[in-house]
Amino acid sequence: MNDTNTSIRSLLRPAITSAVLFMLLTGLAYPLITTAAANLLLPWHAQGSLVQRDGKVIGSALLGQDFTAPRYFHPRPSATQAPDPKDPSKTVDSPYNAELSAASNYGPTNRKLIDAVAGRARAYRSENGLAANAPVPVDAVTASASGLDPEISLANAELQLPRVAAQRGLPQADVERLLNEHAATRVFGLFGVPRVNVLDLNLALDALAREGQHGTKS
Amino acid sequence: MTTNILYFVIMLACMTALAIPMGHYLAKVFTDERHALPERLTYRLLGVDPDRGMRWSQYGMALVLANAAMGLLGYLLLRVQAWMPLNPSHLSGMSPDLAFNTAMSFVTNTNWQAYSGENTLSNFSQMAALTFLMTVSAATGLAAGAAFVRGLGHAEKPEIGNFWVDFTRIVWRILLPVCFVLALVCIWQGVPQTLASDAVATTLEGAKQHIILGAVASLETIKHIGTNGGGFYGANAAHPYEDPTPLINTLHILSMLLIPAALTVAFGRMLARNRQGWVLFGAFFVMFVGFLAIVYPAEQAGNPQLTALGVDQHLSATQPGGNMEGKEMRFGIAGSSLFVTATTAATTGSVNAMHDSLTPLGGLVPLGEMMLNCVYGGKGVGLINLLQYAILAVFLIGMMIGRTPEFLGKKIEAREIKLVMLAVLAHPICILGFTALAVLWPHVTDSLGNTGPHGFSEILYAYTSATANNGSAFGGLSVNTPFYNTTIGLAMLIGRYGTLLPMLAVAGLLASKKTLPETAGTFPTATPLFMALTVLVALVVGGLTFLPALALGPLVEHIAMLHGQLF
Repeated sequence: MNDTNTSIRSLLRPAITSAVLFMLLTGLAYPLITTAAANLLLPWHAQGSLVQRDGKVIGSALLGQDFTAPRYFHPRPSATQAPDPKDPSKTVDSPYNAELSAASNYGPTNRKLIDAVAGRARAYRSENGLAANAPVPVDAVTASASGLDPEISLANAELQLPRVAAQRGLPQADVERLLNEHAATRVFGLFGVPRVNVLDLNLALDALAREGQHGTKS
Repeated sequence: MTTNILYFVIMLACMTALAIPMGHYLAKVFTDERHALPERLTYRLLGVDPDRGMRWSQYGMALVLANAAMGLLGYLLLRVQAWMPLNPSHLSGMSPDLAFNTAMSFVTNTNWQAYSGENTLSNFSQMAALTFLMTVSAATGLAAGAAFVRGLGHAEKPEIGNFWVDFTRIVWRILLPVCFVLALVCIWQGVPQTLASDAVATTLEGAKQHIILGAVASLETIKHIGTNGGGFYGANAAHPYEDPTPLINTLHILSMLLIPAALTVAFGRMLARNRQGWVLFGAFFVMFVGFLAIVYPAEQAGNPQLTALGVDQHLSATQPGGNMEGKEMRFGIAGSSLFVTATTAATTGSVNAMHDSLTPLGGLVPLGEMMLNCVYGGKGVGLINLLQYAILAVFLIGMMIGRTPEFLGKKIEAREIKLVMLAVLAHPICILGFTALAVLWPHVTDSLGNTGPHGFSEILYAYTSATANNGSAFGGLSVNTPFYNTTIGLAMLIGRYGTLLPMLAVAGLLASKKTLPETAGTFPTATPLFMALTVLVALVVGGLTFLPALALGPLVEHIAMLHGQLF
């Protein structure tokens, strides 16, 4: 018994020192050195890939943002929430809230999931002028895992394309060309899914509109 | 479909190819006679003699005390967050039960999170409390694995190594260099790494978007290399900042499988029994492929309830199809399914898709892998768990043919089998016991995010994940309550030390035994037959225990889903 006591006592110093030492090494030195290296080599990436237009930050190239105007492509449904401004103990829907990423966490037999999808499918068909029984791409009516998914499937973009073109008074072929330019393919033909970044595509549409204005002025 | 299957095949080939050099390196680290300069300085600061061997009891005691000190330090840092630097949003310290739960969760390599990182933790806490605990818990598990393997190799020598040496070397020679390089790759693909804690954007439609930033990349890499799994953000690796591209998704998956797979190769080298190492690798591999073959088709088939609403879930050239609720576009069904299988196999517990929204059979896969807890498994402990089933297999075979069972030249006797059974039983007793308690406890079911059989799955998943030290969740369950924080915290402790310590004892007992020469009567264990028997024992002993619970959750839900019943 005495033996165990001495052995525990002799272990106390290394146990406590190791906690402090390795906290300094792995909890501070490692992340801080990584931060320094990152900001030296890849400052834009390290700062969150923020996108600017006219000198103002308009979002991150990697994060989705909410679009509801018909002249823009729309992102996937988002389940993020925010505290209710009237009663902070409650929450309200707040799509693409980058302060609090979240998913619905609805299971496949949850009535709330099926009702939500039915409502979104109806809205999607009416927005895009589709027949009442037209098939709807699954990503257009299901909430993403982060609530900040920046991308949609090409099938989803193709169905929104006529609406966007009509709203902007552009020939569909022009919008189609932009879509093809900004579509992401599989890395090495293997990883990932063919898709398009919504913010990227909408920025390109706005840029096209600005060029058009300049064109008519000159 | 073909592309996706080709993707799986190439990923598994990459994992195997990486396991070989990493395994050789691990074996060198675990057996090297020399101490490098930073290591000698560390020993001097700790005041330990690196050349002194430890018996299993001393090794276990050092491990537990070091973990206790580290867990306590982490707990304190989380409590005093309000007075620490790098906290511009003035976040307050964690409540005692939440800080206990979080510190236990990170020191046991579980990384269960009853909070959302964005609105709870400052940049300082994410680094000094969490990145620290993630690294040391990974080093602890791997050290135990190294000691266990060493014990199997020793003959009549009860010392199984020196904990401080194993631990220090793993941090200096493996975790820090690998993580630093991988972190830079992650940053190149878009994972943030900054001391700024936020940025405000005005979106194209004029709304304000408050973007949370921080030292994400350094946490993200140790999270996967160390099979920890705790996310910087609430959405974990589903968040575009944690896992921004399919390429990084691939690296995350390979990172978490790297060391558990390499350990089998290291095992073969350290014991000079390479074939035996490959038999263990094969057992891991077969179970992994089996689980992947369940989850991918289930997720790709999608939800028949949505098909009825006119939702197109077919895989095509322009969309991934399948069950996309709770999944991210860039990963699709294949990248999500492989991640689900890997994260619960390697007991990482990070998620790139929400497990609560998986189809019933898809959700059965992470549950099943954590219940077996030996499909690759966490740092070091996965190999220990598999060897526990291998020893049990040897014992059962010995009983059948009427000979004293032997494994790696050591007689397996009553004491070892009792300890193995203690480790085997601690796991289901903890999971099923706490699940039963939670189901009966008043008002606990108010926390459910889904009702019906899926609600039961949520509770079962929580305790399975905690006991297996995985940390992933069926996130619909609101677990930040005193009842869940306390019971889940206890389940993590029982799950970690309740299997680790008995198995270290087994290693110590085997280390002091004579090595017997192989004779014609020895049952050969370095064969595909033995691999199949080990898998069978794991499935029968580990799996059947949980079948009734699985029948009440995912299996009933699957039948309900096919019949269109909603809850």
